[in-house]
Amino acid sequence: MAKRLASTLINMVLSLVLISVTMSAALAFVYLKTKDPIEAAAMKKELEAIREVLPEFNSDPVSDMIESNGIVIYPVTQNDESVGYAIKTYTDNGFGGRIELMAGFLPDGTIYGVSVLQHKETPGLGTKMTDPGFREQFIGKNPGNFSLQVKKDGGMVDAITAATISSRAYCDALQRAYNILIQDTSAVTDATTETNE
Amino acid sequence: MSSLKYLTNGLIKENPIFVLVLGTCPALAVTTSAVNGLGMGAATLFVLLCSNVIISLIKNFIPDKVRIAAFIVIIASFVTIVDLVMNAYSPELYKALGIFIPLIVVNCMILGRAEAFAQKNKVLYAFLDGLGMGLGFTLAITMMGAIREILGNGTIFNIRIFGAEGSTLLLFVLPPGAFITYGFLIAVMNRIRMKYNL
Repeated sequence: MAKRLASTLINMVLSLVLISVTMSAALAFVYLKTKDPIEAAAMKKELEAIREVLPEFNSDPVSDMIESNGIVIYPVTQNDESVGYAIKTYTDNGFGGRIELMAGFLPDGTIYGVSVLQHKETPGLGTKMTDPGFREQFIGKNPGNFSLQVKKDGGMVDAITAATISSRAYCDALQRAYNILIQDTSAVTDATTETNE
Repeated sequence: MSSLKYLTNGLIKENPIFVLVLGTCPALAVTTSAVNGLGMGAATLFVLLCSNVIISLIKNFIPDKVRIAAFIVIIASFVTIVDLVMNAYSPELYKALGIFIPLIVVNCMILGRAEAFAQKNKVLYAFLDGLGMGLGFTLAITMMGAIREILGNGTIFNIRIFGAEGSTLLLFVLPPGAFITYGFLIAVMNRIRMKYNL
């Protein structure tokens, strides 16, 4: 077997440079190969989440999106008639930090569905917020007259047992979505004026 | 001497998790389910195998004084490749494993095998050693994930066995459960190794 290269300055610099250049080339290749699938996967997940929280639609929400204070609003239409809004909202009050939700609102502000995009809650406790038992109580409720606070805080939401902080955070994220909905879209105001007439 | 012993070495006699107690950070942190354990094991196996082979191939071109730097560059590159590929083709698993994929870089098992084995041995032996160690690691953490998933969640590989009403030992999917499972598994493995003199 050949003897190992001596540790002279030139040898050390050369071998490190060579290794780094080769490995970077390999990385660049893999990066280019995976760039599109990664983007496609992220986009697909976003669209799936939107489909989950709103009735059927045939527009392309991603191209119509509006951004407001770091929150993304996806207006969704079926044959040019508004179906509702999917709002990608967040809260930093979760037990394990940030929680991201996709909330679907009908044009009058009623919650149609909510799906959790990302969270770091305690397994078995806070993670129950993705269970139907907790999630379904929001469906069909309008935050305009349904107080988005847990019952312990005087609201109307049944908190998850032993995960009040997660439940509060969930409500906080939903409330944020609703506030943005009122502020940045014509949705709820239209509905209110209609009922006033 | 049979080269096969390099392969079996990592499975039981020098199992990285149960005997060498290397790479315990991912073993404790991501083994909340069998699928996570398997995914983490496969990612580590790939990195270990590639880095072992490459380091063994170019061992004579790496001057002694910069060998650690060279090893880390090689290992980090393979970890980044795993990271990108997993993100592209298995986003669910990628999300579950999170930060622990990039952290494979500092898994002492991989640098340890490079330093203690690959840089001193032939490519074939380095390959077998990487395969054996990687499989040993994968089996060990998949086992841990399976035990914790069964006890803590009542499922295995996401198939429900019992506990649909929520009557499971939640403790086992929480961090203390990882240490308890790990301790008992090491004890059991030691007993087995003593009994059969492995």
